[in-house]
Amino acid sequence: MNFADTAFILICSALVMFMTPGLALFYAGMTRSKNVLGTVMQSFIMLGIMSVLWAIVGYTLAFGSDIGTLIGGFDFFALQGVGMDTVNSPASNLPHLLFMIFQCMFAVITPALITGAFAERMKFSALVVFSSLWLIFVYAPMCHWVWGGGWMAKMGALDFAGGAVVHMSSAAAALAACIYIGKRKGYGREAFIPHNLPMTLLGASILWFGWFGFNAGSALAANGVAANAFVTTHFGAAAAMLGWLLVEKIHSGKPTTLGAASGAVAGLVALTPAAGFVTPMASILIGFIGGMICYAGVLLKSVLGYDDSLDVVGIHGIGGTWGALATGLFASIGAEGLVYGHPAQFMIQLVSVIATWGYCFVVSWILLKIVDRYIGLRVSEEAEVNGLDVSEHSETGYQY
Amino acid sequence: MKKIEIIVRPFKVEDVKEAVKALGVKGMTITEVKGFGRQGGHKEIYRGAEYRVDFITKIKIEIVVEAELVPEVIDAVRNSALTGKVGDGKIFVTPVEETVRIRTGETGRDAI
Repeated sequence: MNFADTAFILICSALVMFMTPGLALFYAGMTRSKNVLGTVMQSFIMLGIMSVLWAIVGYTLAFGSDIGTLIGGFDFFALQGVGMDTVNSPASNLPHLLFMIFQCMFAVITPALITGAFAERMKFSALVVFSSLWLIFVYAPMCHWVWGGGWMAKMGALDFAGGAVVHMSSAAAALAACIYIGKRKGYGREAFIPHNLPMTLLGASILWFGWFGFNAGSALAANGVAANAFVTTHFGAAAAMLGWLLVEKIHSGKPTTLGAASGAVAGLVALTPAAGFVTPMASILIGFIGGMICYAGVLLKSVLGYDDSLDVVGIHGIGGTWGALATGLFASIGAEGLVYGHPAQFMIQLVSVIATWGYCFVVSWILLKIVDRYIGLRVSEEAEVNGLDVSEHSETGYQY
Repeated sequence: MKKIEIIVRPFKVEDVKEAVKALGVKGMTITEVKGFGRQGGHKEIYRGAEYRVDFITKIKIEIVVEAELVPEVIDAVRNSALTGKVGDGKIFVTPVEETVRIRTGETGRDAI
């Protein structure tokens, strides 16, 4: 066991935990005031449900001994054999419990990311059941494929901190969900204007802060790779903010605060798969291009006609895909990408992108169908008009 | 007695208040209102999507004065609220049948 690494990853775990309430604020500020609590709750509840599920069954499915490169076995069911020492720990320098809880924070935030797609119209009960099933049937296998010794890892796919596991998987589910559930009442006819952009900016800032734990912590050690991931994450977000605002200024005339926040998050997403594999200069390039591409990504929904309320597909999907491919282009630390003479790495990344989107979209669709059949995904029209705060939680966010 | 209803730009409220106080007007009521006139609304942009906001925030001032004071008040309001740009607002004058001061029971001109 390495005590410096242990101390560092303990702190990183706490940083990643803080991203989920950060995400809650980021999302809630973009909704209308009658849905502020409903939206916050959709993220915050994940700290409850996903943590418990992860401890009982999620962790073992993701990191238990490999079964056919597809899923983990039940050897760590209910955390048996996950102890204070390094025995069986996938990271030999860290207590097994610490590795487990660090991964738990990723399992918490990933289903929360999806909620942005169906904000303002999904039943809370349906969300709870869908997210629980999703953790078991989508997240755990994806996590096993990439980090638990599954087929993507064996193929040599590079995903430093979760471009496929976290961002593409949640975006594919988000796309399935917003198509399946349908558009919000009045979508396209009335304006759905964010009710509190300072809240969104605060949320984006907390995400940025927590992301240092997410990406640097994914080095699983307090070392140079962690430092590099920290630096590339920061520069990626910074450059993406500039890329987004530049396109926005050209396209619609003014740089907006929502654009600055969105661009930064897009950059953080894009750097997630690449963080430990690229140089700081490459991260600026990846971020800058990522910001521009994600701006185009959010415009896609009006072209294709789906109502992805808070642009999960546009930012996490497009950003995560770009990041995964960019890793295959610009990787130079610990692996080499196309630019450094290894086109095969780019092809591996491409396969992982297609497989992730395909698997996560299809299984999410099936889960949505099951939940819709037995519970019903969408609130009634009256409940939607009254807002989820009152109709789902009997509370209101603001007393005027 | 007349009620003068004045719609002005929010940043002009203080100027209007000072101008009509100088004429001896003793009270006024203000409300934040939203609406549109010839100025129309404005454009807001969220993640590249443009929304037209038709209703712009204005302040409505209500003053009740004796009929003979009305022309002076109108002049004072016009002078103090004018920027010359579209969207400066409107003044409406309507008759008031009765006024009662709740504390004393005084009515009419004494109650203004």
